[in-house]
Amino acid sequence: MTPQARPGGAVVTFEHVTKRYGPPGVPPAVDDLSLAIPAGEICVLVGPSGCGKTTTMRMINRLAEPTAGRITIDGQDVRDLSAVELRRGIGYVIQQVGLFPHLTVGENVAIVPRLLRWPEPRIRERVEELLELVGLEPGAYRARYPASLSGGERQRVGVARALAADPPVMLMDEPFGAVDPILRDRLQNELLRLQAKVGKTIVFVTHDVDEAIKMADRVAILRRGGVLAQFDTPEAILSAPASEFVEHFVGADRGLKRLSLAKVRDLQLIQPLIVRVGEPRVEVRRRMEVDGTGYALLVDAADRPLGWVDSAELAADGTLTEEEATPGAPPLQPETTLRDALSTLLGSSVQLGVVTDERDRVLGLLSVDAISEVLRPDATAPRS
Amino acid sequence: MEFLGEVAAWFSDPASWEGRNSIPLRLWEHVSLSATALALGVLIALPIGLAIGHSGRGARAAVAITNIGRAIPSLGWLGMVLPITLVLFERGGLGFLPALIALVALAIPPIVTNTYAGLREVDRELIDAARGMGMGERRILTAVEVPIALPVILAGVRSSAVQVVATATLAAVVAGGTLGDFILQGIFVRDLPRVFGAALMVAVLALATEGLFALLQRLATSPGLRAATDVGRTS
Repeated sequence: MTPQARPGGAVVTFEHVTKRYGPPGVPPAVDDLSLAIPAGEICVLVGPSGCGKTTTMRMINRLAEPTAGRITIDGQDVRDLSAVELRRGIGYVIQQVGLFPHLTVGENVAIVPRLLRWPEPRIRERVEELLELVGLEPGAYRARYPASLSGGERQRVGVARALAADPPVMLMDEPFGAVDPILRDRLQNELLRLQAKVGKTIVFVTHDVDEAIKMADRVAILRRGGVLAQFDTPEAILSAPASEFVEHFVGADRGLKRLSLAKVRDLQLIQPLIVRVGEPRVEVRRRMEVDGTGYALLVDAADRPLGWVDSAELAADGTLTEEEATPGAPPLQPETTLRDALSTLLGSSVQLGVVTDERDRVLGLLSVDAISEVLRPDATAPRS
Repeated sequence: MEFLGEVAAWFSDPASWEGRNSIPLRLWEHVSLSATALALGVLIALPIGLAIGHSGRGARAAVAITNIGRAIPSLGWLGMVLPITLVLFERGGLGFLPALIALVALAIPPIVTNTYAGLREVDRELIDAARGMGMGERRILTAVEVPIALPVILAGVRSSAVQVVATATLAAVVAGGTLGDFILQGIFVRDLPRVFGAALMVAVLALATEGLFALLQRLATSPGLRAATDVGRTS
């Protein structure tokens, strides 16, 4: 990831932290853990169940207290503040989102600002700003209750709520664990896009290696008993696993996984011939002849893709209509990993994906060939 | 038909509406005794239910004690309480006081168990989220657990209230008045229309109580807690 000024993060360090549930002698849940998470980075804690990843995260906001050792945020010991004060300054997102069902979306987002006794006008302004930030139109969503939201919308509200008081550190406990794979990819992309804007230090817990590799600036792999197996960038973990355990945990398909390091936006996209609904067919035919590929991508007035138009099937005159498009181009986003893109493309009839931005406007096309180019042995996974 | 006419005659007799044995007086005794018993019951049972529901501690003991309370019939409570209040307060130990104690004992168990159960049903994840956002324990209770458990808690209060209103009739046995007094009188003087008329009033009062609390329950429940289907996309 490009080094850039990260506005909102704080350094989180673990110094010889041990957590034991029960008397000495019982194997610890977390064993002598030391690591430093740089400000503004996403650090993913990953490992098999029972590796203490959730406990490790929960010690940062003192939902679990270490048996020994010290945790600091920007140099300050987390025990210097009362647990309640500390937690108000740390964003927290859990797997089931944990939105309060008896409160509206707006009230849910306003919880921490209210705890901090912000003046009402400032809270109202902040709620608007956050809902917009996570892509939910405030007017339409503020007064709704969680029960009427889709899973993805709830997740977005959960993230907005965690960001409410602009905390330097966010804790996310398997935030996308309960959603289907397609939605998960979208939400992951949204979080990455959001993180590019807010630059928080995010501690993210997952048991999914692919998610770890995609989301992380740095991955901490833990093994049973809370022992740190490796703490490094995703590239380093894939290319130089520190131990057999890491190699095994990351999986035999390391080569393929390297595709998870690169995103669609890292590749040169093909610029297709784009024709718009309402264009005269005579003009379209002329442009397709000049282009020579025999097909064009039909978009609507807002540049959103509708499907393919074949020159052989183009009627003689009149103007292009929406019905003329043959759908089937799998949609991709710039943040989608090449691994996910490849599997999407292989699963569709047209092995050419349409890459769109967050407003669904066409950015270009991606082919399977372009991805396999990256897989060539001498090629290194590009990561800008 | 003739019987119902006699019941109507009792209701329309001006003598039934004045003096020391009038319908308004007995009704007032009934309502005030019930309301006092319910209020005291809530005051005692709610804190107990909240404490064990929030902490999860002491639940078994509290449930055991309330079950014993339930197992003793209200007449049994009167029989146990009356000798004590008579010794302590002599003539003041008759009537209102023993009846009140028996009714409070009746009101407590449903409120304790419903409050406890309502709080325990609140998703642990929500409480974890609340704690993780920096809510103190008291605020978790008042801002998260109680509002979410409120329909269940109020259902407990509602069932207590209906039982208390119906059982307040027994106060007549210890000279506590209430609509039950008409029933006793009716039995002694073999005036069945009076018995029937009084029983009818108790039944109507109990149903009205039920209705009142059902309404209260509905008003106090957040729209977000009702079924997802009728949660307003428009609201």
